[in-house]
Amino acid sequence: MTTTERGAAKRSWTAGLRRAGMQALPPERLLPDEQPVYVASWVYVFGVLTIAALVIVIGSGVVLALKGPTWWHVSSVGLFFNSVHVWSVELFFFFMVVHLWAKFFMAAWRGRRALTWVTGAVSFVVSIGAAFTGYLSQQNFASQWIASQAKDGLNSVGIGAFFNVLDFGQMFTWHVVLLPLGIVVLVVAHVLLVRKHGVVPPLPIRSEPATQTTAPVPERDGR
Amino acid sequence: MSATGMPPGQTWEGGYRPYDLVKEFVIALVVVGMLTAVLAGVFSSPDKRAVTIAQWSRSNPIDFATTAVSELDGTSATATYGPPYTHTPGAGQKIGPISLQRLAGVHIPVDPARDFVIAPLGTLAPDQPALRRALAAYQQASDAQHQHWTTAYTEALTHAQFRNGALLVPRGDYGPVQPILAALLGFARGGGLDGALVTHSQFYATDYTKPLLFMADSTYLEGLAQQDHLLGGQWGMTNETGNYPGQSWLWLYTFWYQISPFKTSTNADALIWAIMVILTLALILVPFIPGVRSIPRRLPVYRLIWRDYYRTVERQPGSPTRN
Repeated sequence: MTTTERGAAKRSWTAGLRRAGMQALPPERLLPDEQPVYVASWVYVFGVLTIAALVIVIGSGVVLALKGPTWWHVSSVGLFFNSVHVWSVELFFFFMVVHLWAKFFMAAWRGRRALTWVTGAVSFVVSIGAAFTGYLSQQNFASQWIASQAKDGLNSVGIGAFFNVLDFGQMFTWHVVLLPLGIVVLVVAHVLLVRKHGVVPPLPIRSEPATQTTAPVPERDGR
Repeated sequence: MSATGMPPGQTWEGGYRPYDLVKEFVIALVVVGMLTAVLAGVFSSPDKRAVTIAQWSRSNPIDFATTAVSELDGTSATATYGPPYTHTPGAGQKIGPISLQRLAGVHIPVDPARDFVIAPLGTLAPDQPALRRALAAYQQASDAQHQHWTTAYTEALTHAQFRNGALLVPRGDYGPVQPILAALLGFARGGGLDGALVTHSQFYATDYTKPLLFMADSTYLEGLAQQDHLLGGQWGMTNETGNYPGQSWLWLYTFWYQISPFKTSTNADALIWAIMVILTLALILVPFIPGVRSIPRRLPVYRLIWRDYYRTVERQPGSPTRN
């Protein structure tokens, strides 16, 4: 490669993206092997528990998807995987709500972490949609009743004209493709933002303003 | 720099300790996986069979016939619903002066008389001359005549009995409505109507809009839901059939339906949706809302979360709390 070619390669979009990625999230910040001493509470576990539950939700959902929506009604193995799916969703929401409240009480949006909060809160909202379409996709009495009730709320604000909860095919597609994809993208973005900005430090003892969102990013040894 | 060793609440220049994120995740995954498997094995999951139109018409043929007549004469909930199903004048919920429901328009057109009664029976008519004549007579009659027949038959159904597979009503002038309803009831009890309402346009079908709208107009479905504490006034969608946790995360949405003025408002759905959209945006935008974003520092919960840290800091000489 000539000097001119090397220069062109460094100016390429690919090289630019790599440089930006390495600058924002160098490996030691992406996967640190140490944390500030204040990261010492059980409440921190609920973030990773939420992700672990999401992995179980997606894994059990993939198994159910492989066999199709009718399988779990007629097979004991299918019923077990559906039960794993249902209970992992319950745990997912429990862990996520505890995590969300904990981050609220920590005012975890401080220090340019507002987008971390926003991605987490939007993940929560999208997860509600994913669970809702899951209930609609069960193909049982609960699905029928929830659909017949939910249609009124969605129709009342014009959404039902485009998002028809009585159409199993449409709801099933949202449940197994669109909304899980949205959740995964949001959760990945959320985790990367956590890694980029680090875990929010404790609120100061004195009455310094705790609400600013544009304070300097925590930096230590590149973290 | 504050007494905690950092500028106002944001940066950390203190100590670090080893922390194995990957190990933490693997342990969390194993623990959650085992917990889920145990819950699934012990409690399983609810699966109350879906209701069919055949089941409804066999269990409560009079309710089925009453609902079908209301579809035929355009007085059912679906027939008067408005967008996105019908062009009913004035129908549609409002938020103040604005009706988003009407603005969205009719995107899923449903004609209950044609879609739930006339068209399904039309598939049987070629082989049933009497039914073919009854359908023709009904379709050729005036609206006033329709009204006369259906009103009389609806009244007759309040005295109806179902015996030996037939719906018996007092004698009256019901025109072709009586044979039409008898044919529809027979079609439904045989299971044919379930299929006819789904596969009306093609072989493969996944859209259950019509059969669900039809059944939702009945009192049968609502009665089953009440038994499973699923009605709106029973915290509806937060519950699940049987004794299982449902969508408890919808508690705030369902809460509004339990209180005035929403539980009696004709615009309850739209108003509650408006409230929930505002509250959801508030949740997402907490970091930018003055007052709300300051709540955490006024509550002592953060001191519990970081109690080890504060204990250490406050023991240090020169700590503000030691003075």
